[in-house]
Amino acid sequence: MVPVSYYFALSAILFALGAMGVLIRRNAIIIFMSVELMLNAANLLFVAFARMYAALQGQIYVFFVIAVAAAEVAVGLAIIVAIFRTKKSIDIDEMSSLKG
Amino acid sequence: MSIDLLLFFVLAAVAVGAALGMLFSRNAVYSALFLIINFATVAIFFLLLGAPFIAMAQVTVYAGAIMVLFLFVIMLLGAEQVEGRHRSGWQRPVAVLLTLVLLVESGYLIFIRSDLVLAVAPVASGYASPRAIGELLFSDYLLPFEITSVLLLAAMVGVIVLTKEEKKQG
Repeated sequence: MVPVSYYFALSAILFALGAMGVLIRRNAIIIFMSVELMLNAANLLFVAFARMYAALQGQIYVFFVIAVAAAEVAVGLAIIVAIFRTKKSIDIDEMSSLKG
Repeated sequence: MSIDLLLFFVLAAVAVGAALGMLFSRNAVYSALFLIINFATVAIFFLLLGAPFIAMAQVTVYAGAIMVLFLFVIMLLGAEQVEGRHRSGWQRPVAVLLTLVLLVESGYLIFIRSDLVLAVAPVASGYASPRAIGELLFSDYLLPFEITSVLLLAAMVGVIVLTKEEKKQG
């Protein structure tokens, strides 16, 4: 059995990479994928803790996180499609006006 | 080095490499495919951690449904190469610096300051079987489970409203 702290470290690395992706990319879809990466890193941490304490609650939480992520992705991509229709671009620097 | 440790490090290298590939590929389709690799490796980590149900949910929902949705939207918009010029050059180094600070902080907390008792509790043979998960989900967590269905319905209605062609005003 691999020490659980290794899983914590891997989760931290993946989360940091996701955060970096949100900060350095300009394409809204890639930023959205980075957010998914961060959610997934948090899921890994939940499952690692669930294994550590031999409790199932962490896995139930991951189940709910996956369901919420599915809903979030559907709505977020619909918003991106709507923005692309009006602006003809998904560059987040172009989305600086509130008027649309 | 035991086989478990070797497996962990190889898979961790694949996961981190796929995440880096997602961040730095110019084409959004390649980014989505790299992210699928990452999700698959994380699913294997879930299996190693004794969570078979979550691992399968990860493969079907994340690597299956969600990433297909991403690919579909990327190809629908023709947005593979859309990436603006980086006008503000200072943002990128600052982002990398902040990420490194976050990493060092979390490493410090995990490996040096850790007050956690890192002993792994032994588990029974039926741990995290679909049956155990289902029993917990339909007893203690019944209310959140039902609320999830309402959330999914709301998301579905929201998506239809958002993507519907708007009628002309007046």
